[in-house]
Amino acid sequence: MDVSVTVNGQPQRHDVEPRTLLVQFLRESCDLTGTKVGCDTSSCGACTVLVDGESVKSCTMLAAQADGSSITTIEGLAQGGLQHPVQQAFAEHHGLQCGYCTSGMVLAAVSFLDENPNPTEADVRLGLEGNLCRCTGYHNIVQAVLAAARSR
Amino acid sequence: MIPAPFEYVRAASADEALAALAEHGDDAKLLAGGMSLLPLMKLRLSTPTVLVDVGRISDLAHITDAGDHLAIGALTRHRELETSDLLAKECNVLRSVAAEVGDNQVRHRGTIGGSTAHGDPASDLPAVLLALDATLVARGPNGERTIAASEFFQGFLETVLAPDELLTEIRVPKTGPTGFSYQKFNRRAQDWAIVGALAIRNGTTRVALVNMGATPVRAQAVEAALAGGATAHDAAAHAAEGTEPPSDLNAGPEYREHLARVLVRRALEAAGV
Repeated sequence: MDVSVTVNGQPQRHDVEPRTLLVQFLRESCDLTGTKVGCDTSSCGACTVLVDGESVKSCTMLAAQADGSSITTIEGLAQGGLQHPVQQAFAEHHGLQCGYCTSGMVLAAVSFLDENPNPTEADVRLGLEGNLCRCTGYHNIVQAVLAAARSR
Repeated sequence: MIPAPFEYVRAASADEALAALAEHGDDAKLLAGGMSLLPLMKLRLSTPTVLVDVGRISDLAHITDAGDHLAIGALTRHRELETSDLLAKECNVLRSVAAEVGDNQVRHRGTIGGSTAHGDPASDLPAVLLALDATLVARGPNGERTIAASEFFQGFLETVLAPDELLTEIRVPKTGPTGFSYQKFNRRAQDWAIVGALAIRNGTTRVALVNMGATPVRAQAVEAALAGGATAHDAAAHAAEGTEPPSDLNAGPEYREHLARVLVRRALEAAGV
């Protein structure tokens, strides 16, 4: 079946099997490999992308369900060569160790801050409950998200 | 992990969904947000040959003041429940428990109707519907029927919905301000409840349990004890009576029974009983 979406502002149209997961579509059809497959069971959040501005786990959504949507992946966050404020905050506060969870973590944080512009630390920890960091680097991730909130 | 192959049909309306179900029968499965069904399909525990996507039927996504009750479209997403001012005012317990489902990503996609029709006793919202004596509305080839929440859940992942029926609406009472508390016990914040206990104090006190049997259940012995004048502490001791809790990697039945007693006590006390 044909799936047509806008990914990071660019139209993407590909003929895929109905059972194609959104994360496969992004990685294999669109060649955007910044979105990671972690647990593949909708627990870890490494595959988080924005669909029409809202965070979703792309391993647990069919590409077919996203047909017609506007999708943002980690490759599409920077604008005009400038990193997104959440990306900058992750860099400044060292909000990553091995980096595998980072793209999902950043996109989950972007969506979270959209819905909660002035979060407390507890809000951030709860808001990122769907994203796991196997390095357990949560402290700096939370600090980064709080810093990003302050910088907005 | 990739689901087994299937034919994908997108329904633009309830009528189209019903037509697709009538055509494909038992081989078809309805897809709403997919937060419960897609993981099962990826594990090949569910292998429908036709998937009827009802996720975009926008007239089934609403929270409406219907006079003496609230009418909630089956495709209303958890995020919409969580942020609804109408729910906050008229049925805050449902809004509050919706905010405890899964995580943000799950709540952006998952729907109240999908969660209810899936019939998982570990889900949060079915216990709320049970405690509120909600009414469920289903449409099938012979028209519409209403089903009491107490009769809806039949077994593990099993409801009274026929294969050719579509859950369209959930009707909940306007409770106004109530004391309530949902105690959800799990090992990771985003996980299913190992056991959950919900208490709603609104005149009488209603108590429902999550993951203490093949379906969500009311803690009838607790409710009876409270009606007879027992304290929250004493009534909670009856929490596991009549339950048949499951055994899995997280907990055996005895531990779940213990959790039920502790969580019901906490829920009752937090609800102001």
